[in-house]
Amino acid sequence: MRTPPSLTPAACNRMRPDMALVDVKGVTKRFGGLTAVSDVDLTVNAGEVHCLIGPNGAGKSTLFKLIVGLYPPTKGTIFFDSIDITEERPFARVQRGMSIKMQAPSVFKELPVRQNIQIALQGRFSGAERDAEEERLLTLLNLASDTGKLAGELSHGQQQWLEIGMALALKPQLLLLDEPTAGMSPEETFKTGELVKSFNAEGMTVLAVEHDMAFVRQIAQRVTVLHLGEVFARGSLEAILQDEKVAEIYLGTTHAH
Amino acid sequence: MFKLLDGPQTLGRGRAFWACFLVVLAGALIYPVFADSYDVGNFSYFLIWIFMALGLCLMWGYGGMLSFGQTFFFGISGYAYGVLAINMGGGSTTIAALVLSVIVAMIAAGILGYFMIWGGINGIFFGIVTLSATLVLAFFLGQTAGPEWHIGPARLNGYNGMKGMDPLTVGDFDIEGSALYYVMVALIVVVYIALRMFVNSRIGNVVVATRENPQRAEMLGYDVRKYQLLTFVIGSGLAGLSGALYTSWGQFITPSSIGLPAAAMPIVWVAFSGRSDLTATLVGSFLLLFGFQTITVYSQQAALVLMGGLLLATVMLAPQGFVLGIGKLVVDRWTGRRRRDANPALADARRLQSDET
Repeated sequence: MRTPPSLTPAACNRMRPDMALVDVKGVTKRFGGLTAVSDVDLTVNAGEVHCLIGPNGAGKSTLFKLIVGLYPPTKGTIFFDSIDITEERPFARVQRGMSIKMQAPSVFKELPVRQNIQIALQGRFSGAERDAEEERLLTLLNLASDTGKLAGELSHGQQQWLEIGMALALKPQLLLLDEPTAGMSPEETFKTGELVKSFNAEGMTVLAVEHDMAFVRQIAQRVTVLHLGEVFARGSLEAILQDEKVAEIYLGTTHAH
Repeated sequence: MFKLLDGPQTLGRGRAFWACFLVVLAGALIYPVFADSYDVGNFSYFLIWIFMALGLCLMWGYGGMLSFGQTFFFGISGYAYGVLAINMGGGSTTIAALVLSVIVAMIAAGILGYFMIWGGINGIFFGIVTLSATLVLAFFLGQTAGPEWHIGPARLNGYNGMKGMDPLTVGDFDIEGSALYYVMVALIVVVYIALRMFVNSRIGNVVVATRENPQRAEMLGYDVRKYQLLTFVIGSGLAGLSGALYTSWGQFITPSSIGLPAAAMPIVWVAFSGRSDLTATLVGSFLLLFGFQTITVYSQQAALVLMGGLLLATVMLAPQGFVLGIGKLVVDRWTGRRRRDANPALADARRLQSDET
């Protein structure tokens, strides 16, 4: 029940500009006969917003879960901040400075909104600092008037926001977002993007799995495209958007030719 | 400290609640003055079981772990008290025997809990494994009738049970009758207050978060297994406290206080009362034990049938528990307004859901 050291992300990233915060090396994941992720290398540099895209079944979510620690890899190594975390359980990775927003909202539905935030905050903050942070987050998430409601009574979009708020409460170095805008309206999606950008501006590194290309355009600096479990392309957002082969796997062959 | 007493995880807060608490406590304290000593002894007897119920409430209602093993730890501690009290020579050492036997139960809970929780056993399988352990212990102790089954001078005696240990004693003074009753009341107050503070603490926050969604709790950086083990050890330790007190009260213990009918009892008490709240469990278990004791005087079969009927009625009519439901109704009427978060759909969803977690 150790409290993780609370380095501010900004301070961390200033110390090592452009260093690989996450380094996935030759990772393979097999489920029985199915190879979901095959010999993938992925580098997320400190301070960037990196998007992981690809068609359905490309292995994005599997790769994400490997980084988070929900699955052990069949082969390969994962480094976080130059430390080998391949064997570590999810909670230990979170204590190192990762924070995760899961795909489906998985807030504590039968607990009040405020308590949800408190549970997320109490590992890092205490006393007056915690109370201040609690109010700040609730206001930021537009949930200040719903603090007494059970989290399960919130709308889907609000639950997604609460979930993002819980992930942010940990003040992570690396924020992992698994389809953060699933089920959100275009307007909510845009607001989420602005929120992600504002946290990145403060120094937080972001890795997002995302389907919504508008959202990817809004936030991404670098993009990795997965296809059939392998890295298909990688590069800056502009380069990927102009890559015809990427359009091909996304939209089918007829469009590209 | 007061914040912990009146935190979000426990119902019943504010002056009105604590005033009621003090009135009930005062009533309990002056009761022996008016009652005859037989009734006081009876009261002490059924207060013994309250600890076990509170422990199950903590594990099941707050931690989401349905343990069918309360009598397992009750038995371990009960027999441990017997063995220790006989071997250490009685007298004042019985106090040490009491403390040690509770520790033995907690160590046993630590070992069993470690293998279950680190082994990833949860939901319905948690109940199955704990029940299996309970039945194995009951059968094992049942076949210890021969003279070779002894620890020092303490004979286990198979189904006839172990006897001959001293009751709790300080110096030359046996803690019996009213003295035992006051010890029980004091212990219940201490345990109840301590549990309230525990569930409203930061640790308690993580315990209920783990019940709601263990994966999410882990993703917030908590090693949920440690929190589950801690909850299991405390809850089972309370069953151990019941066991040691039981043995010292009657100066005997048999395997039948471990076996299946006995093991089902705490589940009935807590389900009937409302497992999601300590106060509801305290009040409900007290009422059930009192009623059971009263009816048993006339017919033990009738009492058991009534228990079964109550469990059925709870599952079908008030899945969140009768005492809790009535308590909430009274509070709602009293304050004259519906709680904003009293969403009936969610209350329904709260039904016996341990197998989902």
